[in-house]
Amino acid sequence: MSDILIPTEEALAEVPPPTRGGGTVRYVLTKIGGGLISFALVIVLGFLLFRALPGNVIATMTRGRPATPEMIAQLEDEYGLNDSLWQQFLTYVGNLLHGDLGNSYIFRVPVLQKIEERLWPTVLLVGVATLISVALGLWLGTRSGWRRGSRFDRVSTGVALTLWSTPTFWLGMLLLAGTTGLFPTAGLVYSDTPPDFFSQAVDMAHHLVLPTITLVAVTYAQYQLVMRSSLIEEMGADYLTTARAKGLRDDQVRRKHAVPNALLPTVTLVFLHLGFVIAGAITTETVFSWPGLGLLTYDALRVHDLPLLQGTFVVLAGAVIFMNVIADLLYRVLDPRVRAS
Amino acid sequence: MIIVRSRRLALGVTLMVSALVTVPVGIPASASTPVKAATAQDPKILRIGVTQAVDSLNPFISITRTGTDILRSQFEFLTTYSQGSMTPEGTLAEKWETSDDKLTWKFHFRKDVKWSDGEPVTAKDAAFTFNKMLDDEVARTANGSYVAQWESVEATDDQTLVIKTKVPQATMEALDIPIVPEHIWSKLADIGAEATYPMVGSGPYYITEFKEAQFTKMKANKNYWRGAPKIDELHFIYYRNADAAVTALQSGQIDLVNRLTPQQFDALKNDPNVALNNAQNRRFNEIVINPGAATNDGTPIGDGNPALKDVKLRQAIAQAIDSKTLVDKVWGGYATEGAGYIPPVFADFAWQPSGKQVRKFDLDAANKALDAAGYKKKGDDGIRLDKTGKPMNFRLLAHAEANLDETAGPFVKGWLKDIGIGITLEPVSDDQVNEDTTRGDFDLAFSGWNANPDPDYVLSLQTCANRPNAEGKGGTPDSFLCDKTYDNLYKKQLSEFDRDKRIDLVKQMQSRLYDQATTVILGYDNALEAYNKKAFEGFPLQPADKGVIMNQQGYWGYYGATPAGEGPVPVYGENGENTATGDGTTEAAADDGGNTGLILGIVGGVIVILLIGGLLVMRGRRKTAEDRE
Repeated sequence: MSDILIPTEEALAEVPPPTRGGGTVRYVLTKIGGGLISFALVIVLGFLLFRALPGNVIATMTRGRPATPEMIAQLEDEYGLNDSLWQQFLTYVGNLLHGDLGNSYIFRVPVLQKIEERLWPTVLLVGVATLISVALGLWLGTRSGWRRGSRFDRVSTGVALTLWSTPTFWLGMLLLAGTTGLFPTAGLVYSDTPPDFFSQAVDMAHHLVLPTITLVAVTYAQYQLVMRSSLIEEMGADYLTTARAKGLRDDQVRRKHAVPNALLPTVTLVFLHLGFVIAGAITTETVFSWPGLGLLTYDALRVHDLPLLQGTFVVLAGAVIFMNVIADLLYRVLDPRVRAS
Repeated sequence: MIIVRSRRLALGVTLMVSALVTVPVGIPASASTPVKAATAQDPKILRIGVTQAVDSLNPFISITRTGTDILRSQFEFLTTYSQGSMTPEGTLAEKWETSDDKLTWKFHFRKDVKWSDGEPVTAKDAAFTFNKMLDDEVARTANGSYVAQWESVEATDDQTLVIKTKVPQATMEALDIPIVPEHIWSKLADIGAEATYPMVGSGPYYITEFKEAQFTKMKANKNYWRGAPKIDELHFIYYRNADAAVTALQSGQIDLVNRLTPQQFDALKNDPNVALNNAQNRRFNEIVINPGAATNDGTPIGDGNPALKDVKLRQAIAQAIDSKTLVDKVWGGYATEGAGYIPPVFADFAWQPSGKQVRKFDLDAANKALDAAGYKKKGDDGIRLDKTGKPMNFRLLAHAEANLDETAGPFVKGWLKDIGIGITLEPVSDDQVNEDTTRGDFDLAFSGWNANPDPDYVLSLQTCANRPNAEGKGGTPDSFLCDKTYDNLYKKQLSEFDRDKRIDLVKQMQSRLYDQATTVILGYDNALEAYNKKAFEGFPLQPADKGVIMNQQGYWGYYGATPAGEGPVPVYGENGENTATGDGTTEAAADDGGNTGLILGIVGGVIVILLIGGLLVMRGRRKTAEDRE
């Protein structure tokens, strides 16, 4: 998860372009254009990755499965492997523009259908986990930043950093072993839960506990640390002295003046992170057999379902790019200083 | 200020939502679990943890272990493999006969067999299924190899099916093809389409619900011709993480799990609720030695070391590899020492060397054999020279992530060093191993296959014809052996329909293979299974002696699943009749408190969560109070 901070810092360091007449439009167009170029690169990369893999694609996919020469010939035809590389690329881009990502070799259904099926469990898990991490991170970050150097600061920052550096897989396994019998260890719901909405929802919440705790534990530190450092930065500011001079209580100074100003970098971080909501948490989903996109990617990798892998790659990368653009645009909306300059 | 407020609003909403999400956590624990503990009218469910996802539940498409295992209980076949000895026995087909030229087969169908929707099962359903496979390539996806050499299929009446083949085919008595109901499947436009549920079937259970990557639910087929099973439902639940499946077994969330590692298996030994099954499996593990790879027209290919063409050298290498050590170190003792090509679980066909033919692990003897064969030992590094004067350094191709290869590799290297042969271990990806061995670019390589009750397929791997063609396609050779004696025996067994005579031929082939030493069998790893003995009395094993519960060549394990207190576990003898007697109620059955621990645990967990939450809230309030002062 440590890689998530890197784009953040870049984004934060980025100076918004000077805004003369029509600046907003230009800013928006630049960001969208940049996103589109990135996505085009992803498409090309997806195509090349699929073709540059060592060895025969069809041989890889049919390994360990009964495959007659005629079936192999048909597969080669289906995936257009007999065409020239250019022809293959054009077909691939053309299909992509029609929303056609090809057919999964293992599941025998369109890749897009498979991705749609697996989308919502991932959004649910990572969405809930992100909400909790953000809330927890902001709360802890504010407290520890406001009382920098206090025991609360040292302990909570230490715990956050420790959890952040913990391998997700290991933490998940530890939770599984430590809570034997308390929580379900796999899937979305038990197979024998009654089909009514309430039972299903309650059972799903029960199933959500361990994966959510795992995800929250390894991610909340980034929100806490960013919140803490930006709050510390604000603390020396003159307006806080003014606020105190007005006779406001310490609590009010923090809540009404310091925190809102310190919130900006964290909010940007949250939106940047939303891109990864779609990408899910491959490790967490694998440990807890959560049937989301991460598990789909992992399974596709294991059974050599190359069309499916290519599809998940394009969709996941696309989601990250999309959310990055949104974060860039929001940054401008949220910070009045950027707009005014 | 407006912005500030909306931000605080957002934060507030965030906190509220997260609070709402975490609150229901306690509810299912206290609310739903007691329901589970109630018995009597509750359906009896066997919950099985599977560690492989289902690819498809379309019987024409599914090829994964899990998919086919589920479908075996859904659809009957013409014949199946018996529980006790894994010999073919009739199911839908009561009896059958073949013409003198072995090209025409007549199957006589059992009367009064019904689909789960009440319609009769007839020879016409089988004719529809097979003809579909002959006509439609998609329908041949999973089991096409069985019908590749068929001429025609016809149902002459409701009870008679006639199949004509182009060449004699020994697998006709054990066609592994699920028979689908014509009245449902003939209406499908696309035979490869995803199935709809409930799925009409003829097996002991039928599929009622399928959630991809989550679970498959089956219900007992009350119309089943052998009689309805003792349990009401069968659930296959997907665990990507095998350790999570073990935890689930221990806490009673599932009842049965297989493919355990020796470590997981040992860890379950002390669990009073868990019964273990250490079963023989159908896999053999080997090191193949390249005897000079060539295409099927005899053109040499690959870069194998030519020294290995000498059978004496290969035999010496085989003698320097100790299967016993590998069984202990690689499989923790849960394996059988290597002998013949067919794993011992197929007791009829399995072969063991005897008398003078035995190559007992003996480094001295191997050294002497190499001395006698003229491989002189050279100076300091102790590596022998081959017949052309080059030092004998061989590559050993290994799967980078396989436990066997990783553990056994250094042992093999050490043993061969002792007989003057240098080994370089080359761990590469599975794909790379596969490609290199198919191209003949190897000296020695780790390999292994799953054998079937009918040994034809694995035996064919060693024939001349199974080598790749000039383009490097069309064959999956095991060791590139091409031996006239072996090939003649192979052809003979293929058209030998007297089982005893065929067994004899198959054993001769294994003996020949052993002497040629292009493959060294390292061992046969066991299938390690475990089940909840508080909930289940037991399951019929296949074969009855040291057999498996799951992934059988049939449905006996699931069909005969016996809930605790309803014993004895059935034993299916001749023609599938249950021959078990006596009442096998055990003390395990009496205790109905299996869920108590679970409930207590959950209640405890909820209390802990509430306590922590309460503490945090109180602490927060106190802090605020301090601030106000």
